[in-house]
Amino acid sequence: MKLNTNSNAYIIIYSAILVVIVAFLLAFVYQALKPMQDANVALDTKKQVLYSLNIRNLDGAEAEAKYAEIINDTMDMMGQKILMAEINEEPIMIYEMKGMGLWGGISGFMSVRFDLEKGGFSVYGAYFNHESETAGLGAEIKDSQEWQEKFIGKRIFDDETKHVVLSVVKKVEDPECQVDCVTGATLTSNGVDEMIKRTFGLWTGEYDIDMDEGELEMLMLKMALGKDSVSDAELQRMIKVKKVKEE
Amino acid sequence: MALFSKQNKEVFTNPLNLDHPILGQVLGICSALAVTSQLKPAIVMGLAVTVITAFANVIISIIRNTIPNRIRIVVQLVVVAALVTIVSQILKAFAYDVSVQLSVYVGLIITNCILMGRLEAFAMQNKPWPSFLDGVGNGLGYAMILVIVGAVRELLGRGTLLGFQIIPDACYDFGYVNNGMMTMPAMALILVGCVIWVHRAYFYKEK
Repeated sequence: MKLNTNSNAYIIIYSAILVVIVAFLLAFVYQALKPMQDANVALDTKKQVLYSLNIRNLDGAEAEAKYAEIINDTMDMMGQKILMAEINEEPIMIYEMKGMGLWGGISGFMSVRFDLEKGGFSVYGAYFNHESETAGLGAEIKDSQEWQEKFIGKRIFDDETKHVVLSVVKKVEDPECQVDCVTGATLTSNGVDEMIKRTFGLWTGEYDIDMDEGELEMLMLKMALGKDSVSDAELQRMIKVKKVKEE
Repeated sequence: MALFSKQNKEVFTNPLNLDHPILGQVLGICSALAVTSQLKPAIVMGLAVTVITAFANVIISIIRNTIPNRIRIVVQLVVVAALVTIVSQILKAFAYDVSVQLSVYVGLIITNCILMGRLEAFAMQNKPWPSFLDGVGNGLGYAMILVIVGAVRELLGRGTLLGFQIIPDACYDFGYVNNGMMTMPAMALILVGCVIWVHRAYFYKEK
């Protein structure tokens, strides 16, 4: 018997079976490869951190070992991820940054050293990444090592006003704290500039901290208790105490 | 029928010269422009397209007699999309750097005209083995152009090939400068045009 491949019933059953088979296949592949993909993403993040410490050209296991060797702590302050590293017995802080480029998100890591001559802190190294900036223009923030190295040694805070002075500008007037923007990629460069200002502005009050009173108290509580995290019970108790006080 | 009969050989070699997907039919240009700024992604993209075209051709060819005519394009798309997703997942697992570089263009293989063209024009009418050869031939034809354009762009735009420095430092000392234009997509279009011209002028023979 020859099937009528043009009947409605046949078409509906055919497509249903096809879709179910494909769905199972894709789900299986995804599940099977997920652990390896996650490992790749984790390794990539570690490499980016190392790039920001001016450690480049390390592969796979080497990068993993180096990372484990120099990074000794991870902190979360006001939603800002900070890694602590030690290189040649000098403590270095690595700030995770997130911002907006021209076409999509940009991100990066900036490592910072204590530097009393330069208003307390100066840049030790920087690395930027992007999702979909234009190749050859905006993408240079990631591809151009030369550009990233321009940040090294720049002063971050102003001595007197304590504002963030590290910036990406079109015309460098103060080479101590300004970096030339990428030619042809003004908007991406502005994104990097904004990202830096916002990340470090957290400490100077220049930028509004994106958190309500509750979160702020949570943070103060964390600091008071000297803990990274606070249990729900502790938080509830604090809120109760606060309410009683108000009444 | 022998595996490499005269007919089958033609099926395989035609897309490399006469019916070349890019040079002859001018298909699949969009992705050729996007991924060729360096050699490595160009090679991987070429391989990915070759694998996907070959296997999509085989699968469609096997089920060609059961496919309802009215939804054949949908069926082809489902098969291609599944294959592309699998390839993209494999790249993410085993060649993460390359998959980051290729970004959206792996996913866009789904809409590559070469694929749909071959499925519709060849696999729907032919047996699995010739379809496989046709897929590999077309994929390699596409990969060939990608590699040529990618090599030229990386060499002139960055002075490297596959990331290795080719143009010696001495040249830079004499004032040689990498051509930044080469890293822009527009130059890929011009280069593809040049390749098509050379091909038509010197290699193309009328049927």
